[in-house]
Parts: sequence; C-alpha cells; structure tokens
Amino acid sequence: MDHNLNPTELVLRPQRALDGEDMIRLFKVKEKQRELAENANGGAPVKKQSAGELRLHKDICELNLPKSCTITFPNGKDDLMNFEVSIRPDDGYYLGGTFLFSFQVSPIYPHEAPKVKCKTKVYHPNIDLEGNVCLNILREDWKPVLNINTIIYGLYHLFTEPNYEDPLNHDAAAVLRDNPKIFETNVRRAMAGGYVGQNFFPRCM
Amino acid sequence: MTNSTVQPSRSRDLDKLLLRPGNLVGPTFEPGLGLREDLKEYVKVLVVGAGGLGCELLKDLALSGFRELEVIDMDRIEVSNLNRQFLFRLEDVGKPKAEVAAKRVMERVSGVNIVPHFGRIEDKELDFYSKFSIIALGLDSIEARSYINAVACSFLEYDSDDNPQEETVKPMVDGGTEGFKGHARVIMPGTTPCFECTIWLFPPQVKFPLCTLAETPRTAAHCIEYAHLIKWDEVHSGKAFDPDDPEHMKWVYNEAVKRAELFGIPGVTYSLTQGVVKNIIPAIASTNAIISAACTLETLKIASGCSKTLSNYLTLPVKPRNFDGLRELCVAFLKYNGAEGLHTKVTEFVKDKDCLVCGPGVLVELETSVTLEKFISLLEEHPKLQLLKASISHRGKNLYMQAPPVLEEMTRSNLSLALFDLMGKISKDVVHATGTIIESDKKTSCLRKLLVVFKGADGVADMDTAGGA
Ligand SMILES: [Zn+2]
Repeated sequence: MDHNLNPTELVLRPQRALDGEDMIRLFKVKEKQRELAENANGGAPVKKQSAGELRLHKDICELNLPKSCTITFPNGKDDLMNFEVSIRPDDGYYLGGTFLFSFQVSPIYPHEAPKVKCKTKVYHPNIDLEGNVCLNILREDWKPVLNINTIIYGLYHLFTEPNYEDPLNHDAAAVLRDNPKIFETNVRRAMAGGYVGQNFFPRCM
Repeated sequence: MTNSTVQPSRSRDLDKLLLRPGNLVGPTFEPGLGLREDLKEYVKVLVVGAGGLGCELLKDLALSGFRELEVIDMDRIEVSNLNRQFLFRLEDVGKPKAEVAAKRVMERVSGVNIVPHFGRIEDKELDFYSKFSIIALGLDSIEARSYINAVACSFLEYDSDDNPQEETVKPMVDGGTEGFKGHARVIMPGTTPCFECTIWLFPPQVKFPLCTLAETPRTAAHCIEYAHLIKWDEVHSGKAFDPDDPEHMKWVYNEAVKRAELFGIPGVTYSLTQGVVKNIIPAIASTNAIISAACTLETLKIASGCSKTLSNYLTLPVKPRNFDGLRELCVAFLKYNGAEGLHTKVTEFVKDKDCLVCGPGVLVELETSVTLEKFISLLEEHPKLQLLKASISHRGKNLYMQAPPVLEEMTRSNLSLALFDLMGKISKDVVHATGTIIESDKKTSCLRKLLVVFKGADGVADMDTAGGA
C-alpha cells in the first residue's frame, strides 16, 4: 500500500456514472499515482478465493450426514476443496464395510460437479476396480442446485441398492443380475479380504 | 513505405472517432489530438491469452492506438495452431505463445510496446493485475475467466451508498468463440453483471455416464472419453492425466482408436480427441477476427468515451440455440454455399446485487478488540444480516466453522482471539459468513459477503485503493 499520495485529486472530481463514459482521465490519475507508488511496498501476496470455494464453504457448513458417514479434511482446515468421506452402510450387501471416497472440487463449482473416486477397492457393479463411480448426479445429471450432501446420499444409496443396469464392473453386475446369492457371497469375501475371480480385495470391515 | 507516410494513414480511421465530436459520445468526451496521445501514454491493456483470439486482440489493439500492452499465456505453440493463430510460423513451434506473439506484433506495428508473460495467470500477484487500465480476455476456459473476474472484482470498492467507486473499477472486455459462435462482452465490476453473476450463460459441459463409456459406447466421443477417464487410470495407476502434455494426448488417441475399432465406431481423430478431452470446439479464424474486432472497439470506447459501450453482451452463433433466457441472434454465417449474411444481437443482463464476487457486501464496523466469538454474535443482531450461527472465512482461511465437528474442533481456539489479529491487522477487508436466516418462520442457510472495517485502525486505508493492495 502506498501512503505517499495526496488523495484530493481523486476526491475532488465529480462522481460520474460509469457506463459509456471515458475513463481516460481516471487512467491518467492512476498512472501518475502508480509512478509515485512504485517504490512503496507492494503488499503481501494474496491468494484469490474462487467462487467455487465460497459456495463449497456453504455446502460444508450445511452438511447433514447420517451417522454412518464421516467427512475429513486431509490437508487441514483451510483446504475444503479436497476432502474424504467414509461411508459405513448400515443395511444391505455391504453392511459392516467401510468405504472411503475422495472428493476434488473445481474452482468453478457448482458449475461443474466434484470429481469423486472410491479409494477402497470394492466389488461393486457400479464402481470399477480403479475407483471410478457410475452415479448419474456426478456426470450427466449434475445440476448447480445439487450439493455435497446430495452426492454423499447418492453414494450411500449405491451401497444399499447396487444397480446391475449401470455396470462399471461388468462381472459383478452380471452376478448380481443372475445370482444374487453368489453376489452376496462374493461381496462378503471381498470385504473380508480375499479374491473374487482374479482380483484381490483388501479387507475393509 | 517510409515512416512519414505510414503515420497519418495508420491513425486515419481512429481519428474519425477520436478527433470529432458526435451524438453518441460520453458527456465528458473531449475530442482532439491530446486524446489520441493519452491513449498511447496512459492506457495499459492486459491481454489474457495468446491463442486464436489473443493473437487477434494484440494485433487489433496495437493498430487501434494502444501502445502499452502486455500479454500472458502459459501455452507453447503447436503445429495445429498455425492455421488461425496467424502470428506464429512453423519455426516457432515449441516456443511460448506470449513471447512470439508480442515480438511479431512489435515487428509489424512500430511504436507499440508489448511485454509478454509466459506463465499461469494464478501465479501472478494481485499487484500485477492492478496496474492495468483494462483487461481484455481471449480465453477458452471458464476457470480462467472466473479467476480473472475474481481478481478484477477484488479491486472494486463501494461508497457508503453502495455505488461503485470509479477509481477502483477494473473494466474487462471478454471475448469467446466456439466454431461459428462467439460472444463479446463488457464487464464493469459493480455496474454490469460480472462473470460470476451470469456463469449460467455457459452451457454445462456434456458428461457421458461412465457406465455408457464402459459398456455401450456408441460414438467416437464415447471411445475417447473411455480412454481418457477409465483406461488411463487402469494403466497409469496414480499418474494424473495432463491434457497439455502431447504424449498423454497421443496415448489417449491411440487407445480411443483401438476402442473404436473394437466396437466398429468411425470418426476418432487426433483433433477430435483434443476437442473432447479439453472440451473445445474447433476454432474458426473468421469468428476470432469478428469477436476480437468487437472487443477491441469496446476497449477503445471504454478508454476514450468516443461512444457508448456495449450493454453488455453480444453474441453471434451460426444456429439459433436457446440457453436459459439468452435470446441468441441467428446468423446465417457460412452455410454450405458461402456467406449469406451476418446478424449480431446484444442482450443486456443485470447484475446480481448479492453476487459474492462483485456485490458490495454488508458493512460491519468493529473495534479492533472484538473477538471472533463476539463478532459472530454481532452478526445475529446486525439489522441487515440477522445471521445465526455463522461460520467465518477470510481470504481462503477458515477462521471458525460451526460444522462439521472435525472442522469445528480445529477452529474453536480462534473464538477467543481478536478478529483484527486473525485478519492480519488489516483495517478493512472482505470476509464471508455462512449461517442460518429465518424468513417467515423458515430456516434457510445463507452465505453472505461482509465488509469488515476496524474503527481507528488505520487512517489511510480508504484512499489508497488505486495504488493496489
Ligand atoms: Zn457478480
């Protein structure tokens, strides 16, 4: 900030509307000020808070999660844009397991949906072995009126109601469709830590 | 050509605007040679982006009497740019766009001074942006526009009646093109809507369901997105895909070709791959030229007052298409047999008075001794706010979070500290508060921008905005 200027130059000019007016006089004044201020301290570097960060702040404050879901911020309290959510389904095939999801939120959130990955390797028709998740509101059905809470509920429902019609893990989907009993056995085996077919699943119970 | 014959012809058209009075000029417009000279000397324009639109903008601004230009771009020149980014030659491939663009325009337009910056817009200090009179945007990403908009709006201050203080207004002229469509707009923070007020104008990116990509691909784009979103992770576990790395792009292209062959889908090309992955529609040189001309004229009008500025959004698509509320003009531009004509349409949008980026915010005056806890309770009583249980953030730092419990715990110790100290002893700054308001017995969550001023902290803070902070 500079403290060398005489501010009267600015104050004495009459107030003008900004639309359709020449700003050159203003630029002249500013340019002269700037030359004067050149030697003054430029001020501390400031990180610009994106509109996405602000909106996310609101989303995080109004989270209303079921007991089975918890949120953590691995980079500390000032990085809300990257967080993790763990889900412990209290019903269905996945009862007793704990599944960790990472969220990456864009600076233009909510214009764009967060990027969500499942960090726990899971035997699931709608989650592939790399952690990609097929959930409509994360992709084709995302709308800016939705929020983080909606996404977490959506993820929770994937565990209580896995859906063989939107398969990302083709084999798991086929087993769920054709033989739910075997599917259940496979899920239990994977969650306890073991092989389903060629794939090893670390324990997550 | 000698210099003496170049000079008069170069400003001939400009002089018709700057040397003569007119009916559409601003009320304080003073035509004359002095104005032309002032444009050269006092108006600094930053061009953001040195791609298709940026090249045009630099050339147009240089030829329109602006002498002090700077340009910033993080990209290097690729062969595929050469058809429309006309400042670049084959031997420039691999060099930074900003540097080559600046050099070429300076070679061709005598007297103009262009400072190139090869790097990311986020890596420049706010101070860098404060020195420009006008910022012209030639970008292809929403993120970058949103960032520059936030920077420009951060200089804005309002007077006690919530009118923008003109010396803090950083005008922006934003151009954008996609194929035959384009827009030019003027953003006067505080007066016109800012980029964030109307972000809904940008149609959301098309995102295919992942399971479609994995199971039932039907189009070339499906195959490309499969390679980009699913196959990449499968093969490169943990390594992030970088859309600006040509090796990564080639890998995705090759995988997409394999996928397309497997399903018998035609149409995967390298340029389509780039387009799908980076979400860009192939640029057309003439669209860039038209949009750049419109943006340059607006820049000249803002600076000189030689005519009323565009109010505030001009579009030119080839096909009529309806976004929410945006009546686009219909241009039969280049149909199969060539040009049939060109129409442009101007739409005036209004700003969102509660915009978190360009809005004035609610003034809260405090003593320097007020603790964060006391501040939060003051917000409950504040007549314009009545914000209950507020969580507070300042410049990206969360000072106090009411929820979730993990953040509440991490920020609780701040409650007993003085807000003035927590904000780094700045006499006046913006903070954001999320809390609950009760409207006709209904609780709603609400995020507000607050302008906190500490009484008696620093006498000069109000006047030195133009110097940059
Ligand atoms: Zn705004």
